[in-house]
Amino acid sequence: MTSSTPENWEAVIGLEIHTQLATVSKIFSGASTAYGAEPNTQACAVDLGLPGVLPVVNADAVHKAVMFGMAIDAHIAPYSIFARKNYFYPDLPKGYQISQMDLPIVGIGHLDIEVDGETKRIGITRAHLEEDAGKSLHESFHGLSGIDLNRAGTPLLEIVSEPDMRSAKEAVAYMRKLHELVRYLGICDGNMQEGSFRCDANVSVRPKGQQVFGTRAEIKNINSFKFVEKAINHEIERQIELLENGGKVVQETRLYDSDKDETRSMRSKEEANDYRYFPDPDLLPVHIDEEFKATIKADLPELPDAKKLRFKNNYQLDNESAGILTASRALADYFEQVVKISTCEAKLCANWITGELSAALNKADLEINDSPVNAERLAGLLRRISDNTISGKIAKQVFEILWQQADTDADGIIEAQGLKQITDTGAIEAIIDKIIADNPGQVEQYRSGKDKVFGFFVGQVMKEMQGKANPAELNKMLKAKLS
Amino acid sequence: MHTKTITALAQGLRDREFSSVELTQHFLARIHQYSELNAYITITEEAALSAAAHADTLLATGNAPTLAGIPIGQKDIFCTLGVKTSCGSKMLDNFIAPYNATVVEKLNQTGAVMLGKLNMDEFAMGSSNENSYYGAAKNPWDIARVSGGSSGGSAVAVAAGLAAAATGTDTGGSIRQPAAFCGITGLKPTYGRVSRFGMIAYASSLDQGGPMTHNAEDAAILLQAMAGFDDKDSTSVNHPIPDYQATLNDSLKGLKIGLPKEFFGEGLSANIATDLHNATQEFQRLGAELIEISMPTLTLAIPAYYVIASAECSSNLSRFDGVRFGYRCENPVDLADLYTRSRGEAFGKEVKRRILMGTYALSAGYYDAYYLKAQKIRRLISEDFKKALAQVDIIMSPVTPTNAFGIGEKTADPVQMYLEDLYTIAINLAGLPAMSIPAGLSAEQEGAPMLPVGLQLIGNYFAEAQLLNVAHQYQQVTDWHQRKPADFQ
Repeated sequence: MTSSTPENWEAVIGLEIHTQLATVSKIFSGASTAYGAEPNTQACAVDLGLPGVLPVVNADAVHKAVMFGMAIDAHIAPYSIFARKNYFYPDLPKGYQISQMDLPIVGIGHLDIEVDGETKRIGITRAHLEEDAGKSLHESFHGLSGIDLNRAGTPLLEIVSEPDMRSAKEAVAYMRKLHELVRYLGICDGNMQEGSFRCDANVSVRPKGQQVFGTRAEIKNINSFKFVEKAINHEIERQIELLENGGKVVQETRLYDSDKDETRSMRSKEEANDYRYFPDPDLLPVHIDEEFKATIKADLPELPDAKKLRFKNNYQLDNESAGILTASRALADYFEQVVKISTCEAKLCANWITGELSAALNKADLEINDSPVNAERLAGLLRRISDNTISGKIAKQVFEILWQQADTDADGIIEAQGLKQITDTGAIEAIIDKIIADNPGQVEQYRSGKDKVFGFFVGQVMKEMQGKANPAELNKMLKAKLS
Repeated sequence: MHTKTITALAQGLRDREFSSVELTQHFLARIHQYSELNAYITITEEAALSAAAHADTLLATGNAPTLAGIPIGQKDIFCTLGVKTSCGSKMLDNFIAPYNATVVEKLNQTGAVMLGKLNMDEFAMGSSNENSYYGAAKNPWDIARVSGGSSGGSAVAVAAGLAAAATGTDTGGSIRQPAAFCGITGLKPTYGRVSRFGMIAYASSLDQGGPMTHNAEDAAILLQAMAGFDDKDSTSVNHPIPDYQATLNDSLKGLKIGLPKEFFGEGLSANIATDLHNATQEFQRLGAELIEISMPTLTLAIPAYYVIASAECSSNLSRFDGVRFGYRCENPVDLADLYTRSRGEAFGKEVKRRILMGTYALSAGYYDAYYLKAQKIRRLISEDFKKALAQVDIIMSPVTPTNAFGIGEKTADPVQMYLEDLYTIAINLAGLPAMSIPAGLSAEQEGAPMLPVGLQLIGNYFAEAQLLNVAHQYQQVTDWHQRKPADFQ
């Protein structure tokens, strides 16, 4: 779906993305952050907001936030403070959320995205640490609501972009890039179904050429790339239609309904809470010094953009393959392992991983880390293609077996099934002679100029040899015999 | 036995003069006998006797911890595992704490026997204990008068011999003022010296727990057990803990005592001025030097305090919403009804007043004018103290402008009540340690009863040992701390 923005209008989009930091325990308590436990079994006294309890900040959450800041080349605040955002809701146990307001831990940074072959820099205003709320469950309680506080206190990094995006496509590209980055850094598992990576989109439109931003609407809690694109496009259309009919956009919060593919009003600016932010007196300011930053910088993994460039330069990969292979750190690592173990040409490795292997993974809905064919077994197979033991076609059969039978390896399969390619010219020659003798008519046709018939001979010889003839050798000899 | 100090009781226990069970029974009997004082909200009789029996077995081995078998009371603001922790409020009348506050845990570990939970102003908001849901604790020197607050029950219990010692908390004077009114020794430590974990928050940046005892030596012993860094409280400070008893007998020769002229001017009752003058003379005789100092920002302390404390409490008390624990209204029709009625029915007047003030002070458009301004004043006050304490070793002042006033006398006028804390509040804003020690017994006018007068000692950050030393030396040459209310001998 491409943006349907008419020529004379321009959309302005900024995203707020909540990434759940992959810490073992919560941001202000020792309770586990694991997903999916029985309701309220992972909420300790601190998470429940019992009288007298106090928050203590999880150093790992701070560490991960700083990692993110370094990765987007952002200003890291030497001094940041936690603030209380006050509002009442049953799934907010303390009656306030601990967040950051005036002095967030990560300041101005940026992220480059690629749309239609062009690179665009998206500004990141800030990223701040905060705790998640619990969940209200409104079903199956007979008119009452249930509260599950397992999620309460889960660390979040809220990443706020500048209003730099001009289409839903750009917004999705930014979101994907961010998703890729946080997973690279290992600071977020990126699981969107479990809500580890959620997006709020601020959308406004303005006549093309106008400098001033239009009034924006905020679309809350969009949990997939697909829905972000749809929700933004829908909202752009709604606002343009409204303005073209003489209406006005009101500043409000809207919800995207994926079933109906529409957004609807949740609350207007007037109904918005006064959150009465103030510095949390239970927590000390977070001081980050140069030494701490240097340690984190040294431990930072190679980032997607740098890795992609290196793959292009060192392995002579094209832009697309390099992009696919570096989309996740795990896939990139897999690729490099295969190259290293197999010592094959990088291009061959790349083709197999982005082709056969990726297709199989997609079909089985598996991530690279769960691939039934590990790097070593794939390398074993590629080595045999490389040294002409088997042809590419036979290799696909071998791969099929590698995929299905865990304890096999390429050499074993080739041996057991007699798939070894025949490079013995004597054997190939004998078959060629037989086929030529058996098909005088086709020989006549070929010699009278019908080149297409050449394929017939190749097929017949291969058939006779169960596909094991070395294709290059076969072509060469056949050509000589027929001429 | 009930007038004895911790040191004397510990000796008695070790010499088998009496057992902890006997001692505990003695205190429990007095608590029941003098229930009219309303010092306790909850009496944990059974648990106390079993803790005492356990202490006796430890004492018999000759290897018991310092406070083994000593019966104490805990202010009902400290969470106590399995015991009602009401914080003086209807809101928590049904709240059984599922864990121990760090202070409680520490005192349990040193073998202290908890007799029960002591009365206090609701959520520690008050200067007279009249804001308690359970009624005011009464001053044993004159039961028509207030005990002071918010740690009123603690002061009454120690003064009337209903506990050997007690814990208190001090946000704007809540240890020192009742200690002064009831004639006992109270110490508010440096902010961060004693863990706040499990101490129900009123104003987080000001709250600090401390000991309330018969004398400075007991305060040293109790503080020793209470103090220390706690990894569950980010605002507790990892600073070495000295042996508070080791320096009690240091000489005061050459000690520079600062007397802020702003604290001895208008508003101070004449009898208190006289008693404090006599006390400072005593210090001079002990070798100290008296220096008049000026701290011009002190007069700004009360408005700054009521903005900051109210702002923090408005947020701290949001968790009392009727959803998970505490009071819940009957048959709420919807969420808003649940919130408004639960809070409306369970919070007392003063608590509501401060929540409203604080909510207002933090509201959009007012934040800069109130909260930020108050924080600036707070910094100025700290600077003033810093300057003064560079010039002198210790500052002395009154604790209260008047003697204990009558129950009901000031409840109609909250501002009048707030002015009670004139001399104590600035110290909380600065985070400094301060003590209140008995320094006189006098009547405000002809025919009025003779009531205790407190002297405030203010020290530098983490100078608790010095404060205790100064107080102890004074108590070696005076006997005000040994005077006990006649009706509760």
